[in-house]
Amino acid sequence: MAEKSIQEGDLHLENLTKSFGEFTAVNSINLTIPVGSFFALLGPSGCGKTTTLRMIAGLEEPTSGRILIGDQDITYARPYRRPVNTVFQNYALFPHLTIFENVAFGLRRRGIKEVKTEVERVLKLVELPQMAGRKPNQLSGGQQQRIALARAVVNNPALLLLDEPLGALDLKLRKQMQIELKRIQIEVGLTFVHVTHDQEEAMTMADTIAVMNEGRIEQMGTPSELYDNPKTAFVANFLGQSNLIRGTIVGIDGDYRVVDLAGSKIKLPVSRSENLSGNILVGVRPEKLRLHKKGEAKSGNIFTNGKVIDVSYIGVSTQYQVELPGQLTLMVFEQNDDGLEPARKGDEVEISFEPNFTFALSGDQDIDAGSELEITE
Amino acid sequence: MAYVANAVGHNKKTSARRGRWTPYLLLMPGMFWLITFFLLPIIKLFDKATQSPGDNIGQFVQTWSFSNYWDSFWGAKAQFGRSFLFSFLATLLALLISYPLAYAIAFKSGKWKNTLLVLVVAPFYTSFILRTIAWEQILGNQGPVLGILRTLHLANSNTHITASSFAVVAGLTYNFLPFMTLPLYASLERIDPRVLEASGDLYANSWKTFFRVTFPLSSPGVLAGTLLTFIPAAGDYINADILGNPGTKMIGNVIDAHFFQTTDYPGAAALSIILMLTILILVLLYIRRFGTEELV
Repeated sequence: MAEKSIQEGDLHLENLTKSFGEFTAVNSINLTIPVGSFFALLGPSGCGKTTTLRMIAGLEEPTSGRILIGDQDITYARPYRRPVNTVFQNYALFPHLTIFENVAFGLRRRGIKEVKTEVERVLKLVELPQMAGRKPNQLSGGQQQRIALARAVVNNPALLLLDEPLGALDLKLRKQMQIELKRIQIEVGLTFVHVTHDQEEAMTMADTIAVMNEGRIEQMGTPSELYDNPKTAFVANFLGQSNLIRGTIVGIDGDYRVVDLAGSKIKLPVSRSENLSGNILVGVRPEKLRLHKKGEAKSGNIFTNGKVIDVSYIGVSTQYQVELPGQLTLMVFEQNDDGLEPARKGDEVEISFEPNFTFALSGDQDIDAGSELEITE
Repeated sequence: MAYVANAVGHNKKTSARRGRWTPYLLLMPGMFWLITFFLLPIIKLFDKATQSPGDNIGQFVQTWSFSNYWDSFWGAKAQFGRSFLFSFLATLLALLISYPLAYAIAFKSGKWKNTLLVLVVAPFYTSFILRTIAWEQILGNQGPVLGILRTLHLANSNTHITASSFAVVAGLTYNFLPFMTLPLYASLERIDPRVLEASGDLYANSWKTFFRVTFPLSSPGVLAGTLLTFIPAAGDYINADILGNPGTKMIGNVIDAHFFQTTDYPGAAALSIILMLTILILVLLYIRRFGTEELV
């Protein structure tokens, strides 16, 4: 086992597929994850992200396809022969061993000499050097999570897998650990592959996110690419919130297409609606919308004759539901930074937004795809 | 009544007082049981152990003859030694047989888990003595074990298995096997499979995972199983009686003989006390050495 050398290299998944009987959990995924990146697999539960991770770790055998690190094929290698370590969802620390021995476990199995120095180094990295002598059940959830990370990082793997690592922590600790994880990743320079259903978590930490749905990758890109230019209704709804409206392309005006949305004409950049024609879905993020009193909306795309039907004040912003003619309801998030009196329920309002903030999706998909899932998690 | 009183919201003092006494009331039947069937007999046993025969047969008077202890022990020292040797061997064999069985039931049996567990317990539906007699048949001169060995030319017509130390240990092992298997199963079944996956992930192959993770985590079951096997096996006399010969008698047989054949009640009582205390000391030493109270 000791001969397992730590090699550098990008991770490649080639047509990776996993079926459980009739059910295809992972459907022919192709991915390349560059060395040193923080990569997130994001999706609702049952989308195949954890199965993908388990195949990379060697805990699940692929039905077909290949897994490579650099040019070494590890598709069928036993888990203990892979230069891959995992931070498990519920940490899976060894309850009978001290924290020191938990962290030393991988080093000892590989016959590495400098156990003490290495263990002390990573315990310092996760800021828990004083815990070495304790047992896992004497540690809090957040501390166990750090030890699980230390136990994996100490082996200097080519690839570090994190399976919903923060899922069991409360919100405040989770936020803190997100920043911590990112810091540690930069400090050790390892490739992290992070599986999560929490879009905010993925966006905070990852350089690149692959959004998965029903065993396939819906879209891959940087957090801002995914957020600003979602390519499917699923991504638009799953990553943040979106107003999606069915419309029809009716003309062109310079660099913009003109779209009819239930009677209102709005403009949409041609560059963001290539290859589309006829019936489309028009999307705009709620925080990109501006609320005006009746008759005061001046420039950009405008919806008139709106009526506020719900107001929720959430501190940094106020969230409105605005009903428009043609059975349209839009979400509008206004920052509470202008000192103005917020609109009230029942107020008659108008909405405006920059045409450049508008994105378009092909009209043949479910307008609600991905929007329910996040809530049920 | 208490419910009604609480529901109408008065008489709070009464119910609080009753609440304070409830634990003791609940303890009463158990205490009564322990005093009647454990404490009193033990006192009686100590009382009897130092008595001497009276004028009539079967009558004993208290003479504080503490030499009874030494005399009866010295007279049965071979059987004492044999008891502990046999029960040690039976415990070891039961552990070696039960561990793979419990492991398979806990991790590999899938939907057959419950069926297999019922099968482990199934022998308890027949009497202990009947099962031991059945073993006499199995190991006997006309039995299947010798039959197979003879066919394979591993035994000839002069080979006998019954009426030997081997048969006694085999019988003990068989009879106490479920006491070993069930606690082992319980502790193995409780192991989080992700901990085993983590071990594989951290460069341990199957063997190393077993010795570094699985076995240590099952040690509470090993401790419980070995105690549950060793303690009753050390005091057993049925197996030595049915499957052994005069040279394989265990201490239980001696006590049995003192009581029912030579009517030496003080000797039997003294031996019982020595047996009890020896087992107690051995168990305490064992738990101190291998105790696992730190485990989750």
